[in-house]
Amino acid sequence: MRKSIVKVEPVKKATNRRQFLKLGGMGVVGAGLLVACSNDDNGMGMMPDPNPNSDIFDLGQGDLGVLNYAYALEQLEADFYTKVVNSFYANISDEEMQVLTDLYYHEVNHRDFFKTAITAAVDGNTDLVLPTLEFDYGDLDFNNREQVLTTASVLEDTGVAAYNGAGRLISNPGYLLLAGKIVSVEARHASAIRTLLNPGSADFAGDDYVTTDTGLAAALDPSVVLSAVGDTGFIQTPFTANNLP
Amino acid sequence: MDIIKFLDGFTNESLLNEKPSRRDMFGTLGSLGKKAVLSAIPFGLATMPNKTFAQDSGSDPVSALQLALTLEYLEGEFYDLALQSGVLPSGRPETVYMQISKHEQAHVDFLIAGLEGAGVTPVEKPTFDFTAGGAFDPFNDNGVGQETAYAQLLALAQAFEDTGVRAYKGQAGNLLGSDFLTPALQIHAVEAMHASEVRRLRGLKGWITNNERGAGMPEATQAVYNGEENVTQGGVDVTTLGNGAAFSMEASTEAYDEALSGDDAVAIASLFIVSE
Repeated sequence: MRKSIVKVEPVKKATNRRQFLKLGGMGVVGAGLLVACSNDDNGMGMMPDPNPNSDIFDLGQGDLGVLNYAYALEQLEADFYTKVVNSFYANISDEEMQVLTDLYYHEVNHRDFFKTAITAAVDGNTDLVLPTLEFDYGDLDFNNREQVLTTASVLEDTGVAAYNGAGRLISNPGYLLLAGKIVSVEARHASAIRTLLNPGSADFAGDDYVTTDTGLAAALDPSVVLSAVGDTGFIQTPFTANNLP
Repeated sequence: MDIIKFLDGFTNESLLNEKPSRRDMFGTLGSLGKKAVLSAIPFGLATMPNKTFAQDSGSDPVSALQLALTLEYLEGEFYDLALQSGVLPSGRPETVYMQISKHEQAHVDFLIAGLEGAGVTPVEKPTFDFTAGGAFDPFNDNGVGQETAYAQLLALAQAFEDTGVRAYKGQAGNLLGSDFLTPALQIHAVEAMHASEVRRLRGLKGWITNNERGAGMPEATQAVYNGEENVTQGGVDVTTLGNGAAFSMEASTEAYDEALSGDDAVAIASLFIVSE
């Protein structure tokens, strides 16, 4: 299906996974998210319920799988920022409050958009729409500025890498455009949080995230992203991604 | 130094009053056989009539990459000259410009290698005029003064980065099914990270509210922001998805960046390209 138009130099993988895992060092206890991925990359089009006899939701394949995948990540981000804004850490600056409040608005908007868009895409068959997930942040201290901003940074960085890696799995140009509209906003977020963590530095698009030789931001497959997300233990509701690479 | 106050003084009437010189932009694209007789339109006039001015800038992967390369040439040379100009204050501004400059140069090299790898001759670097015919003096070459020059350096960087984000987004569909889609998305995200930082360096939010170009941006840059007020995503008016501030016009427009067509991106870039 994919034609090779242009040869591309190999892209260095960025260190998102390690960054995500770093949260473990902050005392976030993993809580057993059941995420499994296959390496199948041949799924196209929408299928009926991929796991009709299972209680565990599978994201699905093709465009539906990617939309449900994005919905899962947006649910996580929206839930995280909801908790952040409902109990801001002590002595938060005006700038940080504004940034985190905006991020909360944006992610809630994205989350609810995906629910509506996916429901429409499957003609209202809610068996195919990722259910509302439950979250638990373990020992994450929402009153600790560094923990909140570091977690936000990891979520935003990971979100960008996830969208970048999922673009090629989308076949509908309309969905690709929508993903593009959202990922650049996530990248704007990632940049802002990075600067809050290290003001005046080059971290806004740091060498840990953007390759220095080719200037490319991270792009990761769903299996890598979901494995890292699973390791945080934040998502309590099990689901699988057996039909995404 | 109050940058915003400064920039307010520099909203550039003379730019709008300049006779819009139509420049034939991609002479180089033309040499590739693309139908690209494209005219330059001042930023502020580009909103409505450009569809009638500019012809189709192409919808195939090669055209998309050539457009990307042209924009990267523009950004690359801009930051290079900015760093050499002595206008940038040391500290955060210089650190930020150095990091961005490194990426833009890498993008130029990457796109050239990609095009050549596909057996395509990359477009040549156009001759740029970052004064836009004398309207700006971002490198203080004409003695506008350090502070005004710096304000213009920041304003132009914001316009270029926000344009870059929109332009790459607009080309994604043309790269569907191409091995260049993923790297283009990866560059797109980097441009957005740059845009966010430059905007915040100017005292703005990192994201675009409604179609606001932001305090201190010359009116001539409005074409970069027109269309960003869209709230209909995938046929859904996202302001109707719920109640509360997350679904306000402000948040709903900030949460989604809009694409720019190739023609519109070319129209903006053309202001800074000297016709052959």
